[in-house]
Order: sequence, then structure tokens, then C-alpha cells
Amino acid sequence: MLIRRSPDVRSSDITDERLYLRRREFMRLAGSAALAAAAGPLVAGGGAEGMTQAELSGIKSKVVTTDEKWNSFEDITSYNNFYEFGIGKDDPARYAGRLKTSPWKVKIDGLCAKPAEYLLEDLIKPFELEERIYRLRCVEAWSMVIPWVGIPLSSILKRAEPTAKATFVEFTTLLRPSEMPGQNEAVLDWPYREGLRMDEAMHPLTIVAVGLYGKTLMNQNGAPLRLVVPWKYGFKSIKSIVRIRLVDRMPQTAWSVANPGWYGFYSNVNPDVNPVRWDQSRERRLGTLFPRKTQLFNGYGDQVASMYAGLDLKKYY
Amino acid sequence: MKPTVFILALAPFLWLLYRALTGRLSANPVEDITLTTGVWALRFLLITLAITPLRRLTGWNAVIQWRRRMGLFAFFYATLHFLTYLVFDQVFDVPHMLADVAKRPFITAGFFAFVLMVPLAVTSTKGWIRRLGRRWQLLHRLVYFSAGAACLHFIWKVKVVIGEPVYYAAILGALLAFRVLWRFRPNANPRRATARASAS
Repeated sequence: MLIRRSPDVRSSDITDERLYLRRREFMRLAGSAALAAAAGPLVAGGGAEGMTQAELSGIKSKVVTTDEKWNSFEDITSYNNFYEFGIGKDDPARYAGRLKTSPWKVKIDGLCAKPAEYLLEDLIKPFELEERIYRLRCVEAWSMVIPWVGIPLSSILKRAEPTAKATFVEFTTLLRPSEMPGQNEAVLDWPYREGLRMDEAMHPLTIVAVGLYGKTLMNQNGAPLRLVVPWKYGFKSIKSIVRIRLVDRMPQTAWSVANPGWYGFYSNVNPDVNPVRWDQSRERRLGTLFPRKTQLFNGYGDQVASMYAGLDLKKYY
Repeated sequence: MKPTVFILALAPFLWLLYRALTGRLSANPVEDITLTTGVWALRFLLITLAITPLRRLTGWNAVIQWRRRMGLFAFFYATLHFLTYLVFDQVFDVPHMLADVAKRPFITAGFFAFVLMVPLAVTSTKGWIRRLGRRWQLLHRLVYFSAGAACLHFIWKVKVVIGEPVYYAAILGALLAFRVLWRFRPNANPRRATARASAS
């Protein structure tokens, strides 16, 4: 019920991870020219101003998790929380343009057999881009429906070959105060950091997004690549990632360092747990005036609840 | 002067109305309305509380006629702020609203700040001033508690306590400190001054 499939979506896109990965492997072996083409615009799109968004080609499949109306490109790119550019909702759209996103390097290291530093295009190239229609629920009790374009995080992690000791993944955002004016204020302990448990990171719903609405990400949305974890509050979906580290203990996260009473490591969307001052039982979908009920795990419980079986969600918020 | 001040005081409301009617608000217009009306309610509360110090420091006694009007503008914006919450957040569900007031401290503070303003607005007429006599002054000291609760409401609302909420709390602190200092200033009370002089 929660994941609705459009007619062109194969079931493998959603449920069976094994099949899902094998399909992509097949595509990689086939060496489709479209795959290489898919990564191309990422380079071209990351212009100094970040304001001209290149079309992404070679988007192969589509996973639709909701049939609700998509929020407009305008809404998604004008109303953002990205404190690296200021704490106002319109600050990111106003100030993020100066961030240079090309060239962009991402380091993947820690407890893995193949640590490496990739240029963004090399990181993405082997994989097929997919469109993912997800709900995004902000901890501030508003939400959107966003058509992301990205690749499963699991694909990227598997390439690094995590060791058996790796139980958590730590993500870090770029630290560049000269282009990220918000980092000159002690709002958070910069750089922004986030983390996932290994099973959460490997979950098929967890993606690294490089675009939305079929185009490369705009800087205010976390260009050139960001995490998207649709069953957790938006702040877990860290933006403008430069480092992905495999670790063996629960990583510190920027918000739980700033205010541990409000923000826990898990931060799963939960209408019954209100550590933060917002009433999490309801949310306002942008584009509508009146609130609606918030669903446990943002409505993705069928896919993710089993990961938290036996975990006291009130204690581990 | 009077019409100019009225237009200036209503300008934030008119500007908000203009932006709302022409689609110039953000992707979350309810948030814009809530924030704008709330911030202006607090600003007018602080303006109201600044009038007595201004009068004392400058000797400009005529300014006192604006204190009540500024207070009523604060109440005007606070009412819009509260109604936005009641209509768009609580959808007229009063029991749900009361549960929310009880549950979330920052809502408790905001609700308290608003409720305290109601008797002040009601008794702001000349008739009530006459009827209450000395007790009017006493009753209207509630404004200090309302302003304090409003500052707390704003500070507890934000995720990161920097900027505006802190500045307003500091301004309120200064305005209240002025009153205390004024009361205990040297030569404030001739009798006490005499007592001190004879003691030394």
C-alpha cells in the first residue's frame, strides 16, 4: 500500500535487493553507453554559479513510493534548510550560488578493503541513475514530495568493500567557509556530519542523489551529491558530501552534538515521539494550508520497520 | 503625526497582506504569516515598554499618549499570530490546541503571553481606566510578564539560539533593568536620601 508502483516499474526496483543489484550488475557488464552519458552532465552542471542545471540522461528506472502530487521545482529549490548558507529558508537559494562544485572529490575510507578518493564523475560512472519519488519530512513539521535522481548508497559502499568490522557509516559535508558563509557563524560544529547504521545505509531506499526533476542538483539542495533517507527527518539526509567513512562505532552527528536532548542518532520519523519542540504528530505538506497526520517512518514502515524490531523507539529517537 | 504613526504601525500587516495576495510568500506561507505577526507582536510589546524609559530620560512627557496605542498594536499582531496558529495549525480544534499548550513549553509560553494581553486590551479604554483607578496601573503591570513569556516563546521556538530572539530578550532585559535602576537611583526618594545623608 505504501509503495505504489507505476506500470513501468519492475518489482525488483523496490523489494528484492538481491535481484535489484544483480540487474544493475548486468547493466554494468553490458557497458551501456547511456550509463557513461549519465555521469557526463554532473561535470558540466557543477558550474561556478551552480545556477544552470544540466539535464541528466540515461535515467533507467523509476521507483515511485507515493502517488501524491510532486512539489514544484520552484518550491523545492527556494525553501531549504542548509545552514552552511544561513539559517533563513531563503538563504540557501540566495547564497549557495557561489559554491564551486566542480571539480568535486569524495573520499571513501575507513573499515573497507578499497578506500579511495574519487572525482564525482568517476564515483557515479559505473552505476545507473534512477528516479526516486520520495516524501521528505522535515523535523520542523513540513514535508514535500520530491522526484530525486540518484543511485543506491549500497552500490557505492559495496565498491569500497566494507570489512566485517564496519557497523556504521559516517558522512561529512564540505568545509569551505569562503564559499559557505554560514560556516563563519558558530551555529553548528562545522563541518556538518551525519551517520547511519550499516543496515540503514545498505537499505534499498537509501540513495545518494545527484539530481532532481531530471536535472543536476542545485547548490541549495546539496549539490553535487547528497544523501536521501526518506524514513528519517530531513536533517539526516546530509548535503554536499565530501567524505564517507566506514566505522565501527556510532558516529557523532552535527545536530545531536548541538542539542542531544532534541536530536538522536536515529531520528526516524515518528508521530509519537516529540523530543524536539515541534509537534511531530502532524505535518504541513508544502503547497497545502492545513496539516495532515504524520506516518511512522514517514510511511515507509513496510520497508524499514523490521530493522528496528526490538528497539525502543522512544528511547532511541 | 497620529495618522503617520498609524500607517507605519500597520505597514507590516499591509505588506504581509500584499505579499499573500500576490503570491510573494515562500513555499510555506503559513510559516511566513506566523513568523511575521509573532515578531511584530513582540516588537510592539518592546516599543510599548520603551516609552516610559524614553519619557523619563528625555522629559518628553507627551510620548506617554502612545504607550497604550503601541500596546494595542502589539495585541493586534498577537491576535493575528494566535489566530493563524488556531486556524492553520490546530484547524479550530480547541481541545487539541489546549493539549498542545499543555504539552509543548514554547507553546505554553506563547499562549500565556497572549492570554495576559487580553485583559490589558479590554481595559485599555478611558472608561476602564477611570473605573479601575489605581488598580489599573497594577493590572497593567501584567505586560511585563507577557513580554517575558513572549521572549521565552521565541527563544524556545528556534533550533539555534542566535540572532533576533536573543536581541529581543536583551532589549527586554535592558528595559526592565532601567525601571529597577530608576526606582533605586540616587535621590529617587527624598526621604531615603535624607535618611542616607543623616546616617553618613
